[in-house]
Amino acid sequence: MSVVTLSQIQFAVTTIYHFFFVPLTLGLAVLVAIMETMYVRTNNEMYKRMTQFWGKLFLINFAMGVVTGIVQEFQFGMNWSEYSRFVGDIFGAPLAIEALLAFFLESTFLGFWVFSWERVSRRLHLAAIWLVAIGSSLSALWILIANSFMQQPVGFAIENGRAVMTSFLALIQNANVWVQFPHVIFSGFTTAAFFVMGISAYHLLRGKPEVFKRSFQIAAVFGSFSILMVILIGHSQAQHMVQTQPMKMAAAEALWETSDPASLSIFTITDQKTGKNTIDIRIPKVLSLLSYNRLSGEVRGMTDLQAEFEQKYGAGNYIPSVFINYWSFRIMVGVGFLMAAIAAYALYNVLRNKPDGKFKFLNLFPFFIILPYLSNSTGWILTEMGRQPWVVYGLLKTEDAFSPNLTPGMVLTSLIGFTLVYGLLLVADVYLLARYAKAGVESAPQIAKRTTDEEAYWE
Amino acid sequence: MELNVLWFILIAVLYIGYFVLEGFDFGVGILLPFLGKTDLKRRVMINTIGPHWDGNEVWLLTAGGATFAAFPQWYATLFSGFYLPLFLMLMALIVRGVAFEFRGKDDNPRWRALWDGCIFFGSLVPALLWGVAFTNFIKGVPIDANMMYTGGFWNLLNPFALLGGVVSVLAFTLHGAIFLTLKTDEEISTPARAIANRLWLPLMLALLAYTVVLYLTTDVINRLGWNPGVVPIFTVIAFLVTGWFLRQKRDGWSFVVMAASIALAVITIFRILFPTVLVSSTDPAFSLTIYNSSSSDYTLSVMSTIALIFVPIVLAYQGWTYWVFRKRVKSNPQDLHY
Repeated sequence: MSVVTLSQIQFAVTTIYHFFFVPLTLGLAVLVAIMETMYVRTNNEMYKRMTQFWGKLFLINFAMGVVTGIVQEFQFGMNWSEYSRFVGDIFGAPLAIEALLAFFLESTFLGFWVFSWERVSRRLHLAAIWLVAIGSSLSALWILIANSFMQQPVGFAIENGRAVMTSFLALIQNANVWVQFPHVIFSGFTTAAFFVMGISAYHLLRGKPEVFKRSFQIAAVFGSFSILMVILIGHSQAQHMVQTQPMKMAAAEALWETSDPASLSIFTITDQKTGKNTIDIRIPKVLSLLSYNRLSGEVRGMTDLQAEFEQKYGAGNYIPSVFINYWSFRIMVGVGFLMAAIAAYALYNVLRNKPDGKFKFLNLFPFFIILPYLSNSTGWILTEMGRQPWVVYGLLKTEDAFSPNLTPGMVLTSLIGFTLVYGLLLVADVYLLARYAKAGVESAPQIAKRTTDEEAYWE
Repeated sequence: MELNVLWFILIAVLYIGYFVLEGFDFGVGILLPFLGKTDLKRRVMINTIGPHWDGNEVWLLTAGGATFAAFPQWYATLFSGFYLPLFLMLMALIVRGVAFEFRGKDDNPRWRALWDGCIFFGSLVPALLWGVAFTNFIKGVPIDANMMYTGGFWNLLNPFALLGGVVSVLAFTLHGAIFLTLKTDEEISTPARAIANRLWLPLMLALLAYTVVLYLTTDVINRLGWNPGVVPIFTVIAFLVTGWFLRQKRDGWSFVVMAASIALAVITIFRILFPTVLVSSTDPAFSLTIYNSSSSDYTLSVMSTIALIFVPIVLAYQGWTYWVFRKRVKSNPQDLHY
């Protein structure tokens, strides 16, 4: 295999893996902060136990997010040096700002939060977890500002074959950021809500209500709102995609011919070589409806776009893998709607407020934890694979972006190394999460008032 | 001041922050098998750096991001060129970070021994590789006219670079030992002080050897001149004074002066490099400098505004957390998070 293919696989492995942990961090930080806020406001010890129980799971997950994030900071230079040279003037800025504004904030205050229970005033301790939550969301914002440049380059000029920033404001105001960022943030919130509902359900079924009944309630409300936002914003995002990256939408819908009104695929099998669909079941007009909120409107097909791109950028294959885009789009959306239904059902039962917190199908909720992970991963696969063959849309192709000094052997070494270590760490991580999730609140030793001679500095 | 120079200084500042701070937590990790003879002692040691190691590591991430933003060519050439050593360092940092969080979550001795091993090697390998890397920056590596690294893996592990690695391992271990004298009770702080005293002389000898090789094999004499200026001289003085304070058992001062020694050593290295960032051993004309590897003036000015606002804020709140956790970590299992 070539350096570029191996590097692509490595980027996919390390990034998808990193994004197993990030969404839960984004959402659970906020949920834990909400729980601790309740503790501080009500002075009810149950909320303290709740905060510490979910806080512990948060930490196990956070550690994985942090260490896999280190690789992200360096691998653009390692495997994609030509990309780094081409976009460094623009892409490096949000990355550096992310580290300076977000990473410092979340890591410093998380360390503070963990070690300062009963050492500092409750309000100060609470402020720390909110700063962690703000830090992680800021981190998402800046990395998505960087990614949005790859999807929809703005605020730049090409000088001496390199992209040069002409407007920092344009970079931040990139329309793509403001559909992508809320979509990702609320996906993170949804992930955490399903995580909390799933583990709470496990304990409710074993008759430990109190803390878990309340946790479930909080997560059901939080999750219902979040998944609704994910879907609504996702809809705007798809409309934005029709305008800015029509090829990605065409591939996701296996739409070869430009049509008006355009039909939505129900089930399609494509032969990418011949550019035809062998099986194609579609609902007329619906793709136009989704794209423009009316029953007509042109959605461009791949054949047409290919011809246009050849004229504009020269000969080449501009059609991404239809199979990958089509199915990742369908899994993401399908699972998204399934989660919306589940969240609504959970909310309905929370509102009925049974004393023991139990209801029908509660036993399925632990399995539902997997659902947001499916949507999160397929969402990114669509975003990144649908942009191929471009790494920066319309400006730089992936095949021109890799590090020319590398040999396949070197990349293979690191790919195997990362995959092995990541695999082993995942086993350890899931083991610990399961162990602490099952253990419940009682077994976790309460953090007592310090017994040593330290004073509490801020009380 | 020219923005290119400002960013060169800012990146130097980020590396100073990184080595001064993560330096001692690498040291604590390296000393774990030597000073932590019981599980409780190991826990105390890990808890001394518990609230800080992650925040310390962000200095490196920020240095990486800042290099990308301000000097993309440096970022691209360096990280693609030093591919395998960097890969090793990343692996080490990954298992190390996870180990801190995971080791205490199960009391099976084999589980803990596994993560203790990860903490030890995860601290030792980066401590070594940083010395190797910075020596190669000064010594020069094969880079062609297109700013592409043309050497292999073993080019980077040359004897001089490995000597640099020995220096950095000794320095960080000493720094960590001094940190432990400040942050632990007698049962750890006394042996930690003894180790610090024993490490000081070997570090001085290694530094002396390093300086001799540096002057003999590189063009550093042309770059610094016969009079190297105050910074390198103060670096030497600071290292000597550290030894003196150690013998006086003035732990607080030892730590301050050791931190200053590391900071001054980093300044010396950047002073030697300036205005080059990566020396080409193929042809000096191919070297990467702060001028031919930088971003546009516009990007640099945007980033300067942001950095000048936020770096002081970060320093303030990170410094404040060190103040909050300034007490010694007691050997009281109930109070230990990790």
